[in-house]
Amino acid sequence: MTVLTPPSFASGDPRANRAVLCWPAAAKMAGALVLIAGTAVVPAGWKLWFAGVALLLGVVWALGRLPPGPVLRRLLALSPFVAGVALAAAWSPGGVLDWKITALRSGLCLATVILLAQATPFAEMLAVMRRVHVPALLVTTIALMHRYLFVLADEAERMRRARASRTFTTGRRFAWWAAATVVGQLFVRATERAERVYDAMCARGWR
Amino acid sequence: MHIPDGFLDAKTALATGALSVAGLGYALREVRRELPPRRVPLLGLAAAFLFAAQMVNFPVMGGTSGHLVGGALVAVLLGPAAAVVVVATVLIVQCFLFADGGVMALGANLFNMGLTATVGGYAVYRGVARLLPGLRGRVAALAFAGWCSTIIAAAACAGQLAWSGTVAWRVGFPAMVGVHALIGLGEGAVSALVLLAIARTRPDLLPDQPGIAATPGRVGPFVVFGLLVTVGIALFVAPFACPWPDGLESVATRLGFNHPVSSPLLPALAADYQLPGITSPGLATALAGATGALVVFLLAIGFSRLVVPREGPALKTEN
Repeated sequence: MTVLTPPSFASGDPRANRAVLCWPAAAKMAGALVLIAGTAVVPAGWKLWFAGVALLLGVVWALGRLPPGPVLRRLLALSPFVAGVALAAAWSPGGVLDWKITALRSGLCLATVILLAQATPFAEMLAVMRRVHVPALLVTTIALMHRYLFVLADEAERMRRARASRTFTTGRRFAWWAAATVVGQLFVRATERAERVYDAMCARGWR
Repeated sequence: MHIPDGFLDAKTALATGALSVAGLGYALREVRRELPPRRVPLLGLAAAFLFAAQMVNFPVMGGTSGHLVGGALVAVLLGPAAAVVVVATVLIVQCFLFADGGVMALGANLFNMGLTATVGGYAVYRGVARLLPGLRGRVAALAFAGWCSTIIAAAACAGQLAWSGTVAWRVGFPAMVGVHALIGLGEGAVSALVLLAIARTRPDLLPDQPGIAATPGRVGPFVVFGLLVTVGIALFVAPFACPWPDGLESVATRLGFNHPVSSPLLPALAADYQLPGITSPGLATALAGATGALVVFLLAIGFSRLVVPREGPALKTEN
Protein backbone atom coordinates (compact mmCIF):
# COMPACT_ATOMS: atom_id res chain seq x y z
CA MET A 1 0.00 0.00 0.00
CA THR A 2 1.53 3.29 -1.01
CA VAL A 3 1.94 5.97 1.57
CA LEU A 4 -0.10 8.98 0.61
CA THR A 5 1.67 12.31 0.57
CA PRO A 6 -0.07 15.60 -0.01
CA PRO A 7 0.30 16.90 -3.55
CA SER A 8 3.43 18.96 -3.42
CA PHE A 9 2.07 22.43 -3.11
CA ALA A 10 4.81 24.57 -4.37
CA SER A 11 4.22 26.98 -1.52
CA GLY A 12 6.40 24.75 0.63
CA ASP A 13 9.04 24.29 -2.02
CA PRO A 14 11.87 26.81 -1.73
CA ARG A 15 12.76 26.46 -5.39
CA ALA A 16 9.32 27.42 -6.61
CA ASN A 17 8.85 30.87 -8.00
CA ARG A 18 6.51 32.95 -5.89
CA ALA A 19 5.26 34.78 -8.97
CA VAL A 20 2.97 32.01 -10.14
CA LEU A 21 1.76 31.21 -6.64
CA CYS A 22 0.77 34.80 -6.00
CA TRP A 23 -1.62 34.99 -8.93
CA PRO A 24 -5.18 35.20 -7.68
CA ALA A 25 -6.69 31.76 -7.23
CA ALA A 26 -9.92 32.69 -8.98
CA ALA A 27 -8.01 33.70 -12.09
CA LYS A 28 -6.01 30.49 -12.07
CA MET A 29 -9.11 28.34 -11.62
CA ALA A 30 -11.05 30.22 -14.28
CA GLY A 31 -8.12 30.03 -16.68
CA ALA A 32 -7.70 26.32 -16.08
CA LEU A 33 -11.42 25.77 -16.64
CA VAL A 34 -11.33 27.62 -19.95
CA LEU A 35 -8.30 25.64 -21.11
CA ILE A 36 -9.85 22.33 -20.11
CA ALA A 37 -13.28 23.06 -21.56
CA GLY A 38 -11.72 24.25 -24.77
CA THR A 39 -9.34 21.34 -25.11
CA ALA A 40 -12.13 18.86 -24.49
CA VAL A 41 -14.51 20.14 -27.15
CA VAL A 42 -12.51 21.82 -29.93
CA PRO A 43 -12.69 19.98 -33.25
CA ALA A 44 -9.86 17.57 -33.87
CA GLY A 45 -8.53 19.67 -36.71
CA TRP A 46 -7.59 22.66 -34.54
CA LYS A 47 -3.99 21.56 -34.07
CA LEU A 48 -3.00 25.13 -33.26
CA TRP A 49 -5.14 25.10 -30.12
CA PHE A 50 -3.43 21.98 -28.78
CA ALA A 51 -0.01 23.40 -29.54
CA GLY A 52 -0.94 26.69 -27.90
CA VAL A 53 -2.19 25.02 -24.73
CA ALA A 54 0.91 22.84 -24.49
CA LEU A 55 3.11 25.90 -24.90
CA LEU A 56 1.19 27.86 -22.29
CA LEU A 57 1.43 25.01 -19.78
CA GLY A 58 5.14 24.66 -20.41
CA VAL A 59 5.72 28.38 -19.92
CA VAL A 60 3.76 28.52 -16.66
CA TRP A 61 5.52 25.42 -15.42
CA ALA A 62 8.93 26.85 -16.19
CA LEU A 63 7.96 30.21 -14.70
CA GLY A 64 6.85 28.58 -11.50
CA ARG A 65 9.74 26.10 -11.40
CA LEU A 66 7.24 23.41 -10.42
CA PRO A 67 8.23 19.74 -10.28
CA PRO A 68 7.27 17.72 -13.39
CA GLY A 69 7.13 14.37 -11.63
CA PRO A 70 3.43 14.26 -10.68
CA VAL A 71 2.29 14.96 -14.24
CA LEU A 72 4.29 12.14 -15.71
CA ARG A 73 3.14 9.73 -13.01
CA ARG A 74 -0.51 10.52 -13.58
CA LEU A 75 -0.15 10.41 -17.34
CA LEU A 76 1.08 6.87 -16.89
CA ALA A 77 -1.96 6.06 -14.77
CA LEU A 78 -4.13 7.37 -17.60
CA SER A 79 -2.77 4.88 -20.12
CA PRO A 80 -5.08 1.90 -19.45
CA PHE A 81 -8.15 3.96 -20.25
CA VAL A 82 -6.59 5.34 -23.41
CA ALA A 83 -5.39 1.88 -24.43
CA GLY A 84 -8.91 0.54 -23.94
CA VAL A 85 -10.41 3.24 -26.11
CA ALA A 86 -7.69 2.72 -28.72
CA LEU A 87 -8.50 -0.98 -28.88
CA ALA A 88 -12.19 -0.22 -29.11
CA ALA A 89 -11.57 2.35 -31.82
CA ALA A 90 -9.59 -0.15 -33.84
CA TRP A 91 -12.72 -2.29 -34.09
CA SER A 92 -15.00 0.53 -35.15
CA PRO A 93 -15.20 2.06 -38.61
CA GLY A 94 -14.07 5.42 -37.20
CA GLY A 95 -10.43 4.95 -37.94
CA VAL A 96 -7.28 4.84 -35.88
CA LEU A 97 -6.41 8.53 -35.85
CA ASP A 98 -9.25 9.37 -33.49
CA TRP A 99 -7.82 7.77 -30.40
CA LYS A 100 -4.58 9.72 -30.71
CA ILE A 101 -6.53 12.98 -30.54
CA THR A 102 -8.46 11.64 -27.54
CA ALA A 103 -5.21 10.76 -25.82
CA LEU A 104 -3.84 14.22 -26.56
CA ARG A 105 -6.93 15.88 -25.15
CA SER A 106 -6.84 13.85 -21.95
CA GLY A 107 -3.13 14.42 -21.52
CA LEU A 108 -3.39 18.18 -21.89
CA CYS A 109 -6.40 18.48 -19.58
CA LEU A 110 -4.67 16.31 -17.02
CA ALA A 111 -1.53 18.43 -17.12
CA THR A 112 -3.65 21.56 -16.67
CA VAL A 113 -5.39 20.22 -13.59
CA ILE A 114 -2.16 19.08 -12.00
CA LEU A 115 -0.56 22.44 -12.72
CA LEU A 116 -3.53 24.13 -11.07
CA ALA A 117 -3.28 21.87 -8.02
CA GLN A 118 0.43 22.53 -7.68
CA ALA A 119 0.17 26.27 -8.06
CA THR A 120 -2.86 26.88 -5.87
CA PRO A 121 -3.11 26.20 -2.14
CA PHE A 122 -6.23 24.23 -1.35
CA ALA A 123 -7.53 26.82 1.10
CA GLU A 124 -7.63 29.41 -1.68
CA MET A 125 -9.55 27.03 -3.91
CA LEU A 126 -12.10 26.56 -1.13
CA ALA A 127 -12.40 30.32 -0.70
CA VAL A 128 -13.16 30.69 -4.40
CA MET A 129 -15.79 27.97 -4.15
CA ARG A 130 -17.45 29.79 -1.27
CA ARG A 131 -17.44 33.00 -3.23
CA VAL A 132 -19.23 31.43 -6.18
CA HIS A 133 -21.94 30.21 -3.81
CA VAL A 134 -21.21 26.53 -3.76
CA PRO A 135 -23.45 25.24 -0.93
CA ALA A 136 -21.76 25.75 2.44
CA LEU A 137 -22.36 22.17 3.53
CA LEU A 138 -20.49 20.85 0.51
CA VAL A 139 -17.56 23.24 1.00
CA THR A 140 -17.34 22.30 4.69
CA THR A 141 -17.39 18.61 3.81
CA ILE A 142 -14.67 19.05 1.21
CA ALA A 143 -12.57 21.08 3.65
CA LEU A 144 -12.92 18.47 6.38
CA MET A 145 -12.15 15.70 3.97
CA HIS A 146 -8.98 17.38 2.84
CA ARG A 147 -7.99 18.09 6.43
CA TYR A 148 -8.37 14.50 7.56
CA LEU A 149 -7.70 12.37 4.54
CA PHE A 150 -3.95 12.26 5.11
CA VAL A 151 -4.53 11.64 8.81
CA LEU A 152 -6.82 8.69 8.10
CA ALA A 153 -4.53 7.39 5.37
CA ASP A 154 -1.69 7.34 7.90
CA GLU A 155 -3.93 5.57 10.39
CA ALA A 156 -4.83 2.97 7.80
CA GLU A 157 -1.17 2.38 7.04
CA ARG A 158 -0.35 2.07 10.76
CA MET A 159 -3.17 -0.41 11.26
CA ARG A 160 -2.07 -2.41 8.25
CA ARG A 161 1.49 -2.54 9.59
CA ALA A 162 0.31 -3.49 13.05
CA ARG A 163 -1.87 -6.22 11.65
CA ALA A 164 0.94 -7.50 9.41
CA SER A 165 3.38 -7.71 12.29
CA ARG A 166 0.94 -9.54 14.57
CA THR A 167 -0.45 -12.02 12.09
CA PHE A 168 1.09 -15.34 11.25
CA THR A 169 -1.81 -16.84 9.33
CA THR A 170 -1.21 -16.75 5.62
CA GLY A 171 -3.66 -17.24 2.84
CA ARG A 172 -5.81 -14.97 0.78
CA ARG A 173 -8.99 -15.58 2.75
CA PHE A 174 -7.45 -14.33 5.95
CA ALA A 175 -5.82 -11.44 4.14
CA TRP A 176 -9.24 -10.32 2.94
CA TRP A 177 -10.73 -10.55 6.41
CA ALA A 178 -7.74 -8.71 7.87
CA ALA A 179 -8.05 -5.91 5.31
CA ALA A 180 -11.80 -5.72 5.90
CA THR A 181 -11.31 -5.34 9.64
CA VAL A 182 -8.82 -2.54 8.99
CA VAL A 183 -11.40 -0.75 6.86
CA GLY A 184 -14.11 -1.37 9.45
CA GLN A 185 -11.91 -0.05 12.24
CA LEU A 186 -11.11 2.95 10.08
CA PHE A 187 -14.80 3.77 9.85
CA VAL A 188 -15.26 3.37 13.59
CA ARG A 189 -12.31 5.67 14.26
CA ALA A 190 -13.58 8.17 11.68
CA THR A 191 -16.94 8.26 13.45
CA GLU A 192 -15.35 8.80 16.85
CA ARG A 193 -13.06 11.47 15.44
CA ALA A 194 -16.06 13.20 13.89
CA GLU A 195 -17.61 13.50 17.33
CA ARG A 196 -14.42 15.05 18.70
CA VAL A 197 -14.21 17.38 15.71
CA TYR A 198 -17.77 18.57 16.30
CA ASP A 199 -17.05 19.30 19.95
CA ALA A 200 -13.82 21.08 19.06
CA MET A 201 -15.51 23.19 16.39
CA CYS A 202 -18.33 24.15 18.73
CA ALA A 203 -15.79 25.08 21.39
CA ARG A 204 -14.25 27.43 18.84
CA GLY A 205 -17.48 29.11 17.93
CA TRP A 206 -18.66 27.24 14.81
CA ARG A 207 -22.38 27.09 14.30
CA MET B 1 -13.98 3.95 -13.63
CA HIS B 2 -13.17 7.62 -13.48
CA ILE B 3 -13.63 8.93 -17.02
CA PRO B 4 -10.78 11.25 -18.02
CA ASP B 5 -11.15 14.45 -19.99
CA GLY B 6 -11.55 14.28 -23.73
CA PHE B 7 -13.62 11.11 -23.79
CA LEU B 8 -16.99 12.79 -23.60
CA ASP B 9 -18.40 15.38 -25.95
CA ALA B 10 -20.12 18.60 -24.97
CA LYS B 11 -23.69 17.38 -24.96
CA THR B 12 -22.88 14.40 -22.74
CA ALA B 13 -20.90 16.58 -20.37
CA LEU B 14 -23.80 19.03 -20.13
CA ALA B 15 -26.48 16.38 -19.70
CA THR B 16 -24.59 14.48 -17.01
CA GLY B 17 -23.61 17.75 -15.37
CA ALA B 18 -27.23 18.83 -15.13
CA LEU B 19 -28.34 15.50 -13.68
CA SER B 20 -25.49 15.46 -11.17
CA VAL B 21 -26.04 19.03 -10.03
CA ALA B 22 -29.70 18.27 -9.51
CA GLY B 23 -28.96 15.06 -7.64
CA LEU B 24 -26.25 16.57 -5.49
CA GLY B 25 -28.33 19.65 -4.76
CA TYR B 26 -31.23 17.52 -3.66
CA ALA B 27 -28.96 15.32 -1.55
CA LEU B 28 -27.50 18.39 0.17
CA ARG B 29 -30.97 19.65 0.92
CA GLU B 30 -32.01 16.30 2.35
CA VAL B 31 -28.90 16.09 4.48
CA ARG B 32 -29.32 19.63 5.80
CA ARG B 33 -32.89 18.79 6.71
CA GLU B 34 -32.41 15.35 8.22
CA LEU B 35 -28.92 15.29 9.70
CA PRO B 36 -28.50 16.68 13.22
CA PRO B 37 -25.70 19.30 13.44
CA ARG B 38 -23.69 16.91 15.57
CA ARG B 39 -23.28 14.61 12.60
CA VAL B 40 -22.21 17.20 10.04
CA PRO B 41 -18.46 16.65 10.53
CA LEU B 42 -19.15 12.97 9.97
CA LEU B 43 -19.73 13.72 6.29
CA GLY B 44 -16.24 15.09 5.87
CA LEU B 45 -14.71 12.36 7.99
CA ALA B 46 -16.63 9.71 6.07
CA ALA B 47 -15.31 11.14 2.83
CA ALA B 48 -11.78 10.97 4.21
CA PHE B 49 -12.52 7.42 5.40
CA LEU B 50 -13.74 6.39 1.95
CA PHE B 51 -10.67 7.81 0.30
CA ALA B 52 -8.34 6.09 2.76
CA ALA B 53 -10.32 2.84 2.54
CA GLN B 54 -9.90 2.84 -1.23
CA MET B 55 -6.17 2.53 -0.70
CA VAL B 56 -6.37 -0.70 1.29
CA ASN B 57 -5.36 -3.57 -0.98
CA PHE B 58 -7.19 -6.85 -1.29
CA PRO B 59 -4.95 -9.41 -3.00
CA VAL B 60 -6.61 -11.06 -5.98
CA MET B 61 -4.12 -13.28 -7.70
CA GLY B 62 -0.54 -13.13 -8.82
CA GLY B 63 0.58 -9.65 -8.01
CA THR B 64 -2.71 -7.91 -8.61
CA SER B 65 -4.97 -6.60 -5.93
CA GLY B 66 -8.32 -4.94 -5.87
CA HIS B 67 -9.72 -2.25 -3.71
CA LEU B 68 -13.02 -1.08 -2.39
CA VAL B 69 -15.01 1.61 -4.16
CA GLY B 70 -17.58 1.78 -1.37
CA GLY B 71 -20.63 3.61 -2.72
CA ALA B 72 -23.10 0.99 -1.58
CA LEU B 73 -21.27 0.53 1.73
CA VAL B 74 -21.43 4.21 2.61
CA ALA B 75 -25.10 4.33 1.58
CA VAL B 76 -25.86 1.54 4.02
CA LEU B 77 -23.82 3.11 6.81
CA LEU B 78 -24.98 6.70 6.47
CA GLY B 79 -28.14 6.69 4.38
CA PRO B 80 -28.49 7.44 0.67
CA ALA B 81 -28.54 11.25 0.72
CA ALA B 82 -25.47 11.51 2.95
CA ALA B 83 -23.74 8.88 0.84
CA VAL B 84 -24.34 10.93 -2.31
CA VAL B 85 -22.71 13.94 -0.65
CA VAL B 86 -19.81 11.86 0.67
CA VAL B 87 -19.06 10.13 -2.64
CA ALA B 88 -19.44 13.41 -4.52
CA THR B 89 -16.92 15.01 -2.17
CA VAL B 90 -14.45 12.19 -2.74
CA LEU B 91 -14.86 12.47 -6.52
CA ILE B 92 -14.45 16.26 -6.49
CA VAL B 93 -11.28 16.11 -4.42
CA GLN B 94 -9.92 13.25 -6.54
CA CYS B 95 -10.63 15.25 -9.68
CA PHE B 96 -9.06 18.54 -8.68
CA LEU B 97 -6.31 17.43 -6.37
CA PHE B 98 -5.21 14.11 -7.81
CA ALA B 99 -6.37 14.47 -11.42
CA ASP B 100 -8.27 11.21 -11.07
CA GLY B 101 -11.10 11.74 -13.51
CA GLY B 102 -11.51 14.67 -15.85
CA VAL B 103 -12.93 18.06 -14.96
CA MET B 104 -15.36 18.06 -17.89
CA ALA B 105 -16.18 14.46 -17.07
CA LEU B 106 -16.90 15.27 -13.42
CA GLY B 107 -20.62 15.43 -14.15
CA ALA B 108 -20.54 11.96 -15.67
CA ASN B 109 -18.39 10.52 -12.89
CA LEU B 110 -20.67 12.07 -10.29
CA PHE B 111 -23.70 10.61 -12.03
CA ASN B 112 -22.21 7.14 -12.39
CA MET B 113 -20.48 6.68 -9.07
CA GLY B 114 -22.18 9.30 -6.94
CA LEU B 115 -25.79 8.79 -7.95
CA THR B 116 -26.44 5.49 -9.70
CA ALA B 117 -23.95 3.40 -7.74
CA THR B 118 -24.87 4.74 -4.30
CA VAL B 119 -28.61 5.17 -4.71
CA GLY B 120 -29.04 2.08 -6.86
CA GLY B 121 -26.96 0.01 -4.47
CA TYR B 122 -28.95 1.29 -1.52
CA ALA B 123 -32.26 0.48 -3.18
CA VAL B 124 -31.11 -3.07 -3.89
CA TYR B 125 -29.86 -3.42 -0.31
CA ARG B 126 -33.15 -2.25 1.18
CA GLY B 127 -35.12 -4.58 -1.05
CA VAL B 128 -33.04 -7.65 -0.33
CA ALA B 129 -32.55 -6.99 3.38
CA ARG B 130 -36.31 -6.86 3.73
CA LEU B 131 -36.50 -10.42 2.44
CA LEU B 132 -33.65 -11.99 4.38
CA PRO B 133 -33.54 -11.74 8.13
CA GLY B 134 -30.77 -11.07 10.60
CA LEU B 135 -27.14 -10.18 10.17
CA ARG B 136 -26.73 -12.83 7.49
CA GLY B 137 -29.47 -11.18 5.50
CA ARG B 138 -27.83 -7.78 5.68
CA VAL B 139 -24.45 -9.20 4.71
CA ALA B 140 -25.98 -11.00 1.72
CA ALA B 141 -27.95 -7.90 0.81
CA LEU B 142 -24.87 -5.68 0.82
CA ALA B 143 -22.83 -8.23 -1.11
CA PHE B 144 -25.46 -8.29 -3.85
CA ALA B 145 -26.01 -4.54 -3.69
CA GLY B 146 -22.28 -3.91 -4.08
CA TRP B 147 -22.23 -6.00 -7.24
CA CYS B 148 -25.34 -4.31 -8.61
CA SER B 149 -23.99 -0.83 -7.95
CA THR B 150 -20.83 -1.62 -9.90
CA ILE B 151 -22.81 -3.02 -12.84
CA ILE B 152 -25.21 -0.10 -13.06
CA ALA B 153 -22.39 2.42 -12.94
CA ALA B 154 -20.49 0.52 -15.65
CA ALA B 155 -23.56 0.40 -17.89
CA ALA B 156 -24.14 4.13 -17.49
CA CYS B 157 -20.46 4.79 -18.22
CA ALA B 158 -20.62 2.69 -21.40
CA GLY B 159 -23.76 4.53 -22.41
CA GLN B 160 -22.10 7.91 -21.97
CA LEU B 161 -19.07 6.85 -23.99
CA ALA B 162 -21.37 5.61 -26.74
CA TRP B 163 -23.49 8.77 -26.64
CA SER B 164 -20.30 10.79 -27.16
CA GLY B 165 -19.23 8.61 -30.03
CA THR B 166 -15.97 7.71 -28.33
CA VAL B 167 -16.59 4.00 -27.97
CA ALA B 168 -19.38 2.23 -29.83
CA TRP B 169 -22.03 0.63 -27.65
CA ARG B 170 -21.52 -2.88 -28.94
CA VAL B 171 -17.88 -2.73 -27.98
CA GLY B 172 -18.12 -0.57 -24.89
CA PHE B 173 -21.06 -2.20 -23.15
CA PRO B 174 -19.75 -5.79 -23.14
CA ALA B 175 -16.27 -4.59 -22.24
CA MET B 176 -17.33 -2.32 -19.37
CA VAL B 177 -20.11 -4.46 -17.97
CA GLY B 178 -18.19 -7.68 -18.51
CA VAL B 179 -15.11 -6.49 -16.67
CA HIS B 180 -17.14 -4.84 -13.94
CA ALA B 181 -19.28 -7.93 -13.48
CA LEU B 182 -16.12 -9.54 -12.20
CA ILE B 183 -14.88 -6.50 -10.31
CA GLY B 184 -18.32 -6.14 -8.77
CA LEU B 185 -17.98 -9.55 -7.15
CA GLY B 186 -14.96 -8.30 -5.25
CA GLU B 187 -16.71 -5.05 -4.42
CA GLY B 188 -19.71 -6.90 -3.03
CA ALA B 189 -17.58 -9.29 -1.04
CA VAL B 190 -15.41 -6.58 0.48
CA SER B 191 -18.36 -4.31 1.31
CA ALA B 192 -20.10 -7.19 3.04
CA LEU B 193 -16.96 -8.12 4.99
CA VAL B 194 -16.51 -4.53 6.17
CA LEU B 195 -20.13 -4.41 7.29
CA LEU B 196 -19.55 -7.63 9.19
CA ALA B 197 -16.40 -6.24 10.79
CA ILE B 198 -18.29 -3.17 11.99
CA ALA B 199 -21.18 -5.29 13.20
CA ARG B 200 -18.78 -7.37 15.27
CA THR B 201 -17.08 -4.45 17.00
CA ARG B 202 -19.54 -1.55 17.04
CA PRO B 203 -23.02 -2.74 16.09
CA ASP B 204 -24.41 0.47 17.53
CA LEU B 205 -22.98 2.35 14.55
CA LEU B 206 -25.09 0.44 12.07
CA PRO B 207 -28.48 1.88 11.21
CA ASP B 208 -31.57 0.01 12.29
CA GLN B 209 -32.60 -3.14 10.57
CA PRO B 210 -34.71 -2.17 7.57
CA GLY B 211 -38.08 -3.79 7.34
CA ILE B 212 -38.20 -5.06 10.88
CA ALA B 213 -38.84 -1.74 12.55
CA ALA B 214 -42.06 -0.30 11.28
CA THR B 215 -40.55 3.02 10.23
CA PRO B 216 -42.10 3.71 6.83
CA GLY B 217 -39.35 6.06 5.72
CA ARG B 218 -40.00 9.08 3.60
CA VAL B 219 -40.96 8.52 0.01
CA GLY B 220 -39.56 11.81 -1.26
CA PRO B 221 -35.88 10.86 -1.55
CA PHE B 222 -36.67 7.60 -3.31
CA VAL B 223 -38.84 9.41 -5.83
CA VAL B 224 -36.36 12.17 -6.62
CA PHE B 225 -33.25 10.03 -6.76
CA GLY B 226 -35.09 7.31 -8.62
CA LEU B 227 -36.31 9.84 -11.16
CA LEU B 228 -32.84 11.26 -11.76
CA VAL B 229 -31.27 7.83 -12.14
CA THR B 230 -34.09 6.70 -14.44
CA VAL B 231 -33.74 9.76 -16.66
CA GLY B 232 -30.01 9.14 -16.91
CA ILE B 233 -30.47 5.47 -17.73
CA ALA B 234 -33.13 6.37 -20.29
CA LEU B 235 -30.76 8.84 -21.94
CA PHE B 236 -27.55 6.88 -21.89
CA VAL B 237 -28.44 3.21 -21.80
CA ALA B 238 -31.92 2.61 -23.17
CA PRO B 239 -31.37 3.85 -26.73
CA PHE B 240 -28.51 1.43 -27.12
CA ALA B 241 -30.06 -1.46 -25.29
CA CYS B 242 -33.05 -1.29 -27.62
CA PRO B 243 -33.08 -4.39 -29.82
CA TRP B 244 -33.77 -2.42 -33.00
CA PRO B 245 -30.51 -1.95 -34.89
CA ASP B 246 -29.04 1.34 -33.87
CA GLY B 247 -28.11 4.02 -36.35
CA LEU B 248 -24.62 2.69 -36.90
CA GLU B 249 -25.82 -0.84 -37.44
CA SER B 250 -28.52 0.15 -39.90
CA VAL B 251 -26.09 2.28 -41.85
CA ALA B 252 -23.56 -0.52 -41.84
CA THR B 253 -26.15 -2.99 -43.05
CA ARG B 254 -27.27 -0.68 -45.80
CA LEU B 255 -23.75 -0.04 -46.99
CA GLY B 256 -22.85 -3.69 -46.76
CA PHE B 257 -20.10 -3.81 -44.18
CA ASN B 258 -22.04 -5.11 -41.21
CA HIS B 259 -19.91 -8.14 -40.59
CA PRO B 260 -17.76 -8.78 -37.53
CA VAL B 261 -14.16 -7.78 -37.98
CA SER B 262 -12.82 -10.73 -36.12
CA SER B 263 -14.18 -13.73 -34.32
CA PRO B 264 -13.95 -13.86 -30.55
CA LEU B 265 -10.99 -15.67 -29.01
CA LEU B 266 -13.11 -17.72 -26.66
CA PRO B 267 -16.60 -18.94 -27.45
CA ALA B 268 -18.95 -17.03 -25.22
CA LEU B 269 -21.39 -18.83 -23.00
CA ALA B 270 -24.17 -16.48 -23.95
CA ALA B 271 -22.89 -14.81 -27.10
CA ASP B 272 -24.24 -11.31 -27.66
CA TYR B 273 -26.05 -11.72 -24.34
CA GLN B 274 -28.42 -14.20 -25.91
CA LEU B 275 -29.31 -17.59 -24.56
CA PRO B 276 -29.58 -20.31 -27.20
CA GLY B 277 -33.06 -21.30 -28.14
CA ILE B 278 -34.71 -17.90 -27.76
CA THR B 279 -35.45 -15.93 -30.89
CA SER B 280 -36.33 -12.39 -29.78
CA PRO B 281 -33.00 -10.59 -29.18
CA GLY B 282 -34.36 -8.09 -26.68
CA LEU B 283 -35.96 -10.76 -24.54
CA ALA B 284 -32.89 -12.96 -24.78
CA THR B 285 -30.60 -10.16 -23.65
CA ALA B 286 -32.83 -9.36 -20.74
CA LEU B 287 -33.02 -13.02 -19.75
CA ALA B 288 -29.26 -13.43 -19.93
CA GLY B 289 -28.85 -10.39 -17.71
CA ALA B 290 -31.44 -11.61 -15.26
CA THR B 291 -29.83 -15.03 -15.10
CA GLY B 292 -26.47 -13.47 -14.35
CA ALA B 293 -27.97 -11.35 -11.61
CA LEU B 294 -29.72 -14.36 -10.11
CA VAL B 295 -26.47 -16.32 -10.07
CA VAL B 296 -24.74 -13.48 -8.22
CA PHE B 297 -27.66 -13.19 -5.81
CA LEU B 298 -27.33 -16.86 -4.91
CA LEU B 299 -23.58 -16.41 -4.58
CA ALA B 300 -24.20 -13.53 -2.18
CA ILE B 301 -26.42 -15.69 0.00
CA GLY B 302 -23.85 -18.47 -0.05
CA PHE B 303 -21.15 -15.98 0.86
CA SER B 304 -23.11 -14.70 3.82
CA ARG B 305 -23.59 -18.25 5.05
CA LEU B 306 -19.85 -18.74 4.79
CA VAL B 307 -18.77 -15.67 6.74
CA VAL B 308 -21.53 -15.26 9.31
CA PRO B 309 -21.82 -18.15 11.74
CA ARG B 310 -25.30 -19.30 12.56
CA GLU B 311 -26.95 -17.05 15.12
CA GLY B 312 -28.46 -19.46 17.55
CA PRO B 313 -28.38 -20.63 21.15
CA ALA B 314 -25.07 -20.79 23.01
CA LEU B 315 -22.59 -23.55 22.22
CA LYS B 316 -23.16 -26.82 23.90
CA THR B 317 -20.77 -27.38 26.76
CA GLU B 318 -18.43 -30.27 26.32
CA ASN B 319 -18.59 -33.00 28.92
